[in-house]
Amino acid sequence: MTEPLVRPRRKNPLKRTRLPLRPQGVRSRAAHGLTAAAAEGRFALQVCLDCNTVIYPPRDACPSCLSARLPFRDVARGGTLVAETTVRTTTDPYFRERTPWRVGTVKLDAGPVVVAHLHGDAVEGGRVRLELKLDKSGSAVAIALPEKDTENMADDRYLREMTCDPKFRRVLITDGRTTVGQAMAQAFSDAGAAIVFVGLADPWKPFPGMAGLRKIERVEIVPLDVTDSESVTELAEQNGARIDIVVNTAEHVRAGGVVDRHGLTIAREEIDVRYLGLLRLAQAFGPILRSRGADGVNSAAAFVNLLSVHALMNWPAYGSYSATEAACLSAAQCMRAELRPGGVKVVNVFFGPLETEWFQTVPPPKVTLAVLANAVVRALQHGLEDVFVGDVAEDIRQRLAVNPKALEREMAN
Amino acid sequence: MGVLMTVDLMAFARAVASGDIRVIDLTQTLSQEFPTIVLPPELGQCAPFRMEEVSRYDERGPAWYWNNVSLGEHTGTHFDAPIHWISGKDLPNNAVDTINVAQFIAPAVVIDCSKECAADPDFALTIPFVEQWEARHGEIEPRSWVLLRTDWSKHAYTDYAGLRDDGAHTPGPEPAVVKWFVEQRDVHGFGTETIGTDFGQGQHFNPPYPAHFFMHGKGRFGLQCLTNLDLLPPKGAIIIAAPLKIKQGSGSPLRVLALVAGGNV
Repeated sequence: MTEPLVRPRRKNPLKRTRLPLRPQGVRSRAAHGLTAAAAEGRFALQVCLDCNTVIYPPRDACPSCLSARLPFRDVARGGTLVAETTVRTTTDPYFRERTPWRVGTVKLDAGPVVVAHLHGDAVEGGRVRLELKLDKSGSAVAIALPEKDTENMADDRYLREMTCDPKFRRVLITDGRTTVGQAMAQAFSDAGAAIVFVGLADPWKPFPGMAGLRKIERVEIVPLDVTDSESVTELAEQNGARIDIVVNTAEHVRAGGVVDRHGLTIAREEIDVRYLGLLRLAQAFGPILRSRGADGVNSAAAFVNLLSVHALMNWPAYGSYSATEAACLSAAQCMRAELRPGGVKVVNVFFGPLETEWFQTVPPPKVTLAVLANAVVRALQHGLEDVFVGDVAEDIRQRLAVNPKALEREMAN
Repeated sequence: MGVLMTVDLMAFARAVASGDIRVIDLTQTLSQEFPTIVLPPELGQCAPFRMEEVSRYDERGPAWYWNNVSLGEHTGTHFDAPIHWISGKDLPNNAVDTINVAQFIAPAVVIDCSKECAADPDFALTIPFVEQWEARHGEIEPRSWVLLRTDWSKHAYTDYAGLRDDGAHTPGPEPAVVKWFVEQRDVHGFGTETIGTDFGQGQHFNPPYPAHFFMHGKGRFGLQCLTNLDLLPPKGAIIIAAPLKIKQGSGSPLRVLALVAGGNV
């Protein structure tokens, strides 16, 4: 079992904050197949189409038959921890601060032997399951977990380097007025977040969820309007160093296309709330998150974007909305590159229509808010970067991978 | 021409400078936090005041500080032109850029119903109430602004907006009194401290939103989100309310000033 994490003591404000470092993060183009799998929480290795050999590490040619047809496929993650060692000294600045560090070789049931980081409960000679995770450099690494869950296993210090677990972290939900924001506040409170800051714009405007929001444990309502640069900056100045995870729940959902809409007022609001709102949050909170990527147990960990899956392919019935979401996705990709030096993950969570009033006329399947909120928490607990929630999102992703042109036409119907 | 010759504008300027004429600011500060009118979310919305720093003596402009601001025509303390309402859409010179500029200076009467509003946020101004006011202060002279003192500007924003499950609860005029102001007293316009010139529940009147309907239908003006009305006398103040010259603008945020004779308050 893992020693349970204790809630970190209050930080001594006179102490220097340790700067974040990253493990070596250069990967070959082929190896980014592992990055893609790790980002989504899949365990995928190259499988030779000609001789069925499962290959690790990633290569450009099959070591068995020299075939170049080596797509990544999900494979069984079970294996045996053959040997382990503990690194006690190293010249690598990142690992120097973290020794002793256990690594080992795992003989996978699928075939290859993989060098992996070891969870504290993985025992030499024992069965393990291998997971691909994104380390602080954003690159895929393998970690061997005990075959069956052990007590407090998420608290393992090796694993926690690769996840963004909300436990004991302080979260900012940017908009508590939305039902999405309220569901998110509940989920993060349930997940053991130390403080759930919930942003609220225009406090003079009452809304039905207010009383419920205040009842959620460890929720602190803070003034925040993502359309107001001053408000965003003020919150970051006052509380930025106490916020480890930002979940942007500000939404602006309206039906209507690009041609079939009357004027630009709604489009401007969409862009102001979603795209410019994201930029305001990124500029206000990004630098401080990045600087606190190694700030102890409750280090800065993640920025979560809630994105319509139609960021990936326009849905003309909600066409202008889709276009704004696409802009947010593009900005999120940029944020990833900018926050990676701090080891801070940018998590993109894609979903189809939600069970909210703005999708009232859309038939099911729709994603309920609790499902969405739990998916976000789970993604952080597992250290994911790309998450697809619900049937519509999964369907769009698959159809996009197969034939984007067909999907474009199909979305118009 | 003879009358004009007797006007001594320099004496006026000296009186302003000496404080014999007091200048009172009736304007709320344009800020991001000040409430803007709320409509059902599927309808078009008035943009709240927003400000983006262009530079502040920094790499974006080393020796100067300035901002870009954005806002709606009806954000903050603002002027309503007749073209704002469907009843005034076909009147001549009905937009802020075409109204005769002489109309931006006019006297005001101030009807104090602050006590009544403190007791009841749904206080509705009626003809009898105004008749009682006239019994004390004399009849409203033609082409005067009627300013409704409710002390609403002193409320915190939640009470100021007065939003409940069934909409806004803020004081305002009944339809009959607005029609009467226009037809019997030939008023210049109607001004309030609340977010709009109309009663909070004014959508249930016939016609809905009578202050907008009757005032603008007869080419009269509106002022809202005023403050400091408690510093004005019931009669005798002169209002300077000149909206921005926006091409075919339906209204405009503006600085509203009152000139009041007499020295110290």
